[in-house]
Amino acid sequence: MTALRKTALWRVVNTWRGGLALAVLLLVALAAVFAPWVAPYPYDIQNLSATNKDPSMAHWLGTDEFGRDVLSRIIFGARTSLAVALTAISVSVTLGMCLGAAAGYFGGLFDRVLTAVVDLTWSFPEVLIALIFVAILGPGLYSTMVAISIAYLAQFARLTRAQIMAIKNETYVEAAANLGSGHFHILLRHLLPNAITPVIVAGMLATGDAIILEATLGFFGLGVQPPKPSWGAMMSSGTAQIFLAPWTILGPGFAIAIAVVSINLFGDALIEALDIRNRVRDV
Amino acid sequence: MLNYSVKRLLLLVPVFLAVSVVIFMIIHLVPGDPIDNMIQIGSSPEQRAVLIARYGLDQPLLLQYAVWLRNLFTGDLGDAIILRRPVLELIAENLPHSLRLGGLAFIFSTAVGIATGALAAVFKDSWIDRGVMALILLGSTLPSFWLGLLMILLFAVQLEWFPVSGARTWTALVLPVLTIGLHGVALVSRVTRAAMLDVGRRDFVLMLHAKGLSHRRIQLQHVLRHALLPVVTILSLRIGWIVGGAVTIEFVFARPGLGSLLITSLAQRDYPVVQGCLLMLAMAVMLGTLLGDMVQAAMDPRVRDSLK
Amino acid sequence: MALLDVRELSVGIGALQPLDRISFALDKGSILGLVGESGSGKSLTAMALMGLLPLIGGRVSGGSVRFDGTELVGLPEQHYRPLRGHRMALITQNPMTSLDPMLRVGAQIDQVGELHLSLSAAAAKARSIDLLTQLRIPDAATVHQQYPHQMSGGMKQRVVIAMALAGEPELIIADEPTTALDVTIQAQIIQILVDLVRQRGLALVLITHDMGVVAQACDQVVVLYAGRVAESNTVDAIFARPTHPYTQALIACIPRTGQAPGSLKGISGMVPSVGSYAAGCRYHPRCGQVQPICQGEVPALREHAGQRVACHFAQLEGAHG
Repeated sequence: MTALRKTALWRVVNTWRGGLALAVLLLVALAAVFAPWVAPYPYDIQNLSATNKDPSMAHWLGTDEFGRDVLSRIIFGARTSLAVALTAISVSVTLGMCLGAAAGYFGGLFDRVLTAVVDLTWSFPEVLIALIFVAILGPGLYSTMVAISIAYLAQFARLTRAQIMAIKNETYVEAAANLGSGHFHILLRHLLPNAITPVIVAGMLATGDAIILEATLGFFGLGVQPPKPSWGAMMSSGTAQIFLAPWTILGPGFAIAIAVVSINLFGDALIEALDIRNRVRDV
Repeated sequence: MLNYSVKRLLLLVPVFLAVSVVIFMIIHLVPGDPIDNMIQIGSSPEQRAVLIARYGLDQPLLLQYAVWLRNLFTGDLGDAIILRRPVLELIAENLPHSLRLGGLAFIFSTAVGIATGALAAVFKDSWIDRGVMALILLGSTLPSFWLGLLMILLFAVQLEWFPVSGARTWTALVLPVLTIGLHGVALVSRVTRAAMLDVGRRDFVLMLHAKGLSHRRIQLQHVLRHALLPVVTILSLRIGWIVGGAVTIEFVFARPGLGSLLITSLAQRDYPVVQGCLLMLAMAVMLGTLLGDMVQAAMDPRVRDSLK
Repeated sequence: MALLDVRELSVGIGALQPLDRISFALDKGSILGLVGESGSGKSLTAMALMGLLPLIGGRVSGGSVRFDGTELVGLPEQHYRPLRGHRMALITQNPMTSLDPMLRVGAQIDQVGELHLSLSAAAAKARSIDLLTQLRIPDAATVHQQYPHQMSGGMKQRVVIAMALAGEPELIIADEPTTALDVTIQAQIIQILVDLVRQRGLALVLITHDMGVVAQACDQVVVLYAGRVAESNTVDAIFARPTHPYTQALIACIPRTGQAPGSLKGISGMVPSVGSYAAGCRYHPRCGQVQPICQGEVPALREHAGQRVACHFAQLEGAHG
């Protein structure tokens, strides 16, 4: 299994789209991790005598309404977006896999209840679900993470359940059961490792959507609160300056677009390389 | 068909109940006394007493839910805290704007999406196909609110073809519809193209060729009809995205509507309004999904037999 | 002049050559059996005859196919299309998937009449119902209005046959028409096809892997192996004196009544996939009578008195050497 993944990764990197996407992603990730060293300015230094400046040599993407360097804020904003999205999706995938695996494996009432709930949330837009939880928990970093986690939970539970159900009737599982392996053992050693790949890839693609969702919530003013920079919030305050300083909107927007497009291209290339398109389909 | 419709409508009931429970619970899950979350600060004890009676707030939770439901069906969705008007009124004012936006966006996405997807499939690997694929990539990966902002920057600020915000003229609809629409076009187009190519590989298409029908006739009269099925499936599953898109875009373009109302009242913690909006939007999603299922059943005889 | 005259037909898909110089001829009112295991190229032959190879990424890479004097290889699409469904009709393997699931079966048969015979909707419908009745479908008018998923496999195949007949064809190509059906239905369908040919004077190319079916229905047989003709002859002759080792093995495989348990025969080895064909005679890896020359030289298709064999050691009836 690991060997297969290694060669698949190589094949992905080999294609120019996959390789480029991966390179861009690594760049973004590194910039986010090493933000304090990469960014030309700290994100919260205000300079009220130099507000809403156009891009210049000193400020590659200009300054915002408080005179803060836009580029630096974008780089620090990457930290927020990536951290929130990755955390939320990781939690979502883990929880989703547990629920989906249990439902697929044990079946019965639990399965029926879970399927009903999943089908219910499946048709709701993630924005709406996220807003419901923001309503309950109030705006902020943690509620954003919780909201995003729950919004995507259904997807992963459903996917895992489908994978488990497809595999659990295979003969090698039957053999293991006959040899006396317990349920837990079968799940962990036999079923999950094979079910895991499509879910991981789906998780990767969902991270892109999660970044957008986090930015959307930030744009509504309901996400991560200032002074922490967030791409969405930057664009929101930027709309007040839409005539004066379009860079405050364009900059973070491009950042989001680059990050998400790279994730999607890389994810798609990975799906092609692993040949699991039929398992990760959108419906 | 009638059989299926009835059964499907009945399914709506438990779904609605489940969703309404969650929305009802919002006020009780938020920190603080529910009464304080429904009323303005500094209200007199008499006003509080009126509210308690109206919503049965001194009763056990289950009864409160029943009271809330009953109020719903008599048109009492509570009063907005800030604006001090019945929530129902606020919703009634904003709903038509959202409907207009959502409806137009849906029509636009569906029509343009099917057309481009079909063209891309029929002229596979040509420049038409490549162009459509690029469009799909852009439409599905770019965040819609950024797309909206870009549109504003380009067409409203720079070129001054359309108003920047608001809903005073019909031209104000163009950019918002296009913004939501582009995302929808990407989705519909991608599915249409993939479906047509997929259907084109099936045995019965081979048989159609063997019967002597022309390629164009086969594509348009047979393959397209089959391809529409997955399109309708996706649309009915994803009808929610129009609602989500509308919510976001209304806010971006500062248009009146349920979306803007929801966001502003969330920021202001005006919970009765929040609940009312969420309920309406959830209903929109549920009804949209229902409609999608019915259309599917009308198109595919196999679906009608599935709800036994 | 033969109605269908195939000469040295070769088919290519990508870089592969699944069919290599196939030849046979067929007259009106007769049934030709095209026999071979899966992978021998039988279905490709059907596709090639109908001009549908481009749909599966293939092309005719050599040879000629003459239908009633008209050369089909290289025929432009606008001239080919009027033939399909009209003068030459195809019956495919899998009735489960060859009907459009979203249309009523009647409409699918009507379509042929409307297209090729310029019938009105009412006339086409009447004709379809008539055809269904002739194919022994009870209550044809009701069946006409049904959807494919409401019918059994056997019924569906009769619908497909009706579709094939609706255009008043002279030639029918039936590609394993009974493989996907129950054994009990198989005999019925074959009998229907045979009766049609005899009554209407059609020509039928019956593609099958089942020598039993060949014995039952066909006038002549062409045995294919790995894309080449191994042997061809009239049915009586080939069963009396099978000459090619492959033909002999195929006939030996047919289960007979009274056979002792455990004595069912098979042919050792497997049909090679295209691209991994053996050098020389393609059958030699599985042949019980293989000699060194079989690997080195491709056996020529020798002909005598209606019999053709491609084997270095075959003794043709009445020929010498």
